[in-house]
Amino acid sequence: MNNHEPLIHIAKRDGMVWWRAWLVRLAAAIAALLVCALFIYGLTKLNPVKVYAAMWQGAFGSARRSWITVRDATILLCIGVGLAPAFMMRFWNVGAEGQVLMGGCATAAVLIYAGRALSTPMLLLIGGAASIAAGVLWGVIPAIFKARWNTNETLFTLMMNYIAIQITCFLVAKWENPKGSNSVGIINQQTQAGWFPAIFGQQYMMNVIIVLALTVGMYLYLKYTKHGYEISVVGESENTARYAGISVKRVIIRTMALSGAVCGLSGFVAVAGASHTISTSTAGGRGFTAIIVAWMAKFNTFVMILIAFLLVFLEKGAIQIASQFKLNDYASEVVTGIILFFLLGSEFFIQYTVHFRSHGHKKEVQA
Amino acid sequence: MKKLSSLLLALCLVLSLGVGAFAADGIAPEDLKIGMVCIGDNNSGYDIAHITGLEEAMEALGVPAENVTYKYNIGEDETAADACYDLAENGCQIIFTDSYGHQSYTQQVAGEYPDLTFVAMTGDQAKQSGLANLKNAFNHTFESRYVSGVVAGMKLAELIANEELIDENYDADGNVKLGYVGAYPYAEVVSGYTAFYLGVKSIVENVVMDVRYTNSWFDITAEGEAANALMSDGCVIISQHADSTGAPSAVQAYYESGHTVFCVGYNISMLEVAPDVALTSAANDWSVYYTYALQSMIDGTEIATDWSEGYNAGANKIFPLNENAVAEGTAEKVAEVEAALTDGSLQVFDCSTFTVEGEHPTSFLAIDLDGDFEGDEGEAIDEDGIFHESLPELRSAPYFSLRIDGITELS
Repeated sequence: MNNHEPLIHIAKRDGMVWWRAWLVRLAAAIAALLVCALFIYGLTKLNPVKVYAAMWQGAFGSARRSWITVRDATILLCIGVGLAPAFMMRFWNVGAEGQVLMGGCATAAVLIYAGRALSTPMLLLIGGAASIAAGVLWGVIPAIFKARWNTNETLFTLMMNYIAIQITCFLVAKWENPKGSNSVGIINQQTQAGWFPAIFGQQYMMNVIIVLALTVGMYLYLKYTKHGYEISVVGESENTARYAGISVKRVIIRTMALSGAVCGLSGFVAVAGASHTISTSTAGGRGFTAIIVAWMAKFNTFVMILIAFLLVFLEKGAIQIASQFKLNDYASEVVTGIILFFLLGSEFFIQYTVHFRSHGHKKEVQA
Repeated sequence: MKKLSSLLLALCLVLSLGVGAFAADGIAPEDLKIGMVCIGDNNSGYDIAHITGLEEAMEALGVPAENVTYKYNIGEDETAADACYDLAENGCQIIFTDSYGHQSYTQQVAGEYPDLTFVAMTGDQAKQSGLANLKNAFNHTFESRYVSGVVAGMKLAELIANEELIDENYDADGNVKLGYVGAYPYAEVVSGYTAFYLGVKSIVENVVMDVRYTNSWFDITAEGEAANALMSDGCVIISQHADSTGAPSAVQAYYESGHTVFCVGYNISMLEVAPDVALTSAANDWSVYYTYALQSMIDGTEIATDWSEGYNAGANKIFPLNENAVAEGTAEKVAEVEAALTDGSLQVFDCSTFTVEGEHPTSFLAIDLDGDFEGDEGEAIDEDGIFHESLPELRSAPYFSLRIDGITELS
């Protein structure tokens, strides 16, 4: 009678062994695929296995498709890697979209204005440096305001995106080719000046090398350096950091400079290494998608590789099933939504345990 | 003797090669594989017009429906190249891209697959690219716009005769004001709005027109806002070169609030969103070109680098007139104008009907070779003062970019 225990009792776990956490995630992925299968069959009467096979075909069905998947995943990964230090510091940098665009604009400017005068290695060097500078600028402005006047960085970085989008539109109109087309077209299409050169005969190998180097570098930086330690302390508690003698302002500005630099460099990879043009679709929402990448991976840059590939796989698969089964894009967006819902949801069961009240004895549901 | 026999042998070889090549070039309809890259999907009127045109052509020529692979929602960026590569690798012999901005990516892939045919629909670079397998095609959309202008002109004449216009509908010089919602300040749009204006002017002499740009091919909100701005300036009839229903919806709402306004749409019938005010819509029938292109593939004949046809080939039309809105006698007038366009007795851009800075233009160079946006060659105006738009020997995509008197670009 005096048992007023609630029906559901949620408690934080002390921690789950890594292999059990991964089993939970695997179970969530399988459950997601089953629910999607029900959805696909219920709505379209198509064989879900065939639809999944088509998605696989779309992402990895040929050497070229695989490389395109790799190309897009590396750019998404690169942005995610850029976001990692900011998020670890609990600095909500939702401005990656703008930082990528500014990096892309800087790269495009170098390719357009110096394309005839300089050799490709020089163009890449200057373009890379320019993109970093532009990304740093876009990252540091909100950081300075946060550090000095404690402004809200989420709104600030978000607003910086819109400025960057407008600047990109302005530059597209300025550089448009042919005039009036509202498109810059392919920059240096004839000479390929300032394009990433093919390495081992692979057009996108250099993208992979750059981004993998950044991924490893960022992992080491966050995990094993003094800077990385300072970032995590500031992230846990600014007061603790201050007590420990860490200059919070300096860490905020330094970390956002780094975050902006890597995001800007993503714009460089996207322009010089992939699209060879500039438009607002150079970022195309990837600055926001990368937030999911960074969060789901808990700022572990190696796990980000997996997440980035998963998201790009879903996107390519979606295009393929739209083309093959005449399924509207919305159908594939639902599939992507279901899968993400389950994967994000599974994190809850890794962090918490759920107890149900029952007559007499408690039953623990192990997720 | 030996010389003669070797000559004969060589001749036989050449002939057999020629015949062999010819036979290899033609593709049986059931073997013809087609790729189609669309900027939108079946939610966009522009893409529907292309998809319907292609499917009609395939049906007419006996190409099985499953022989076409569509790539939907492909932006004007590197994903267009990805889509073209993918279609090429999957055995498509002819690949169409339907948006102007796909063109440079289509060109990139065409350069790597010289044995396949690529058509950048509405593009303009095929001739200058130097690639034998890259083609451009564009209907005479300006003819449809001229006819839709005639429909608007008939309505305007009726409104004037019935004294339904108010002072705000006239400018200081007593000209009736028209409005036009354009996408971009690009020759394709300039050519289109000028044709519409001249169509109206052929019925009502004292008209002026304001043009507002939205800087997007498809933006419902911006198109609606542009139409509202034009109407509050007193424009009586609003036409558009943008792909959404934004402007007609705005005109319908303004009409319902007690104003005298009408509109002319593009690509799709606007009756659903503007049942009281939509007069008609200018439109293209792309099946004419798709039939020509696929027939050429089947016959093994060369597709023209630049293809451009209009009413004379049935490639242009306007949507059925809205009987609730159009003026009396419009159908007869439209039939008369369409017949004149079909037999060539009527030319849309007759320089005697308009002036540029007060003068009738006598010369216009259509082709820009060095990218400085000034024409370098290709005289488009003949000695009779006719401006020939979209001449295949020059370029299929419109190049009429004269800003004629009576039209003002506002944004």
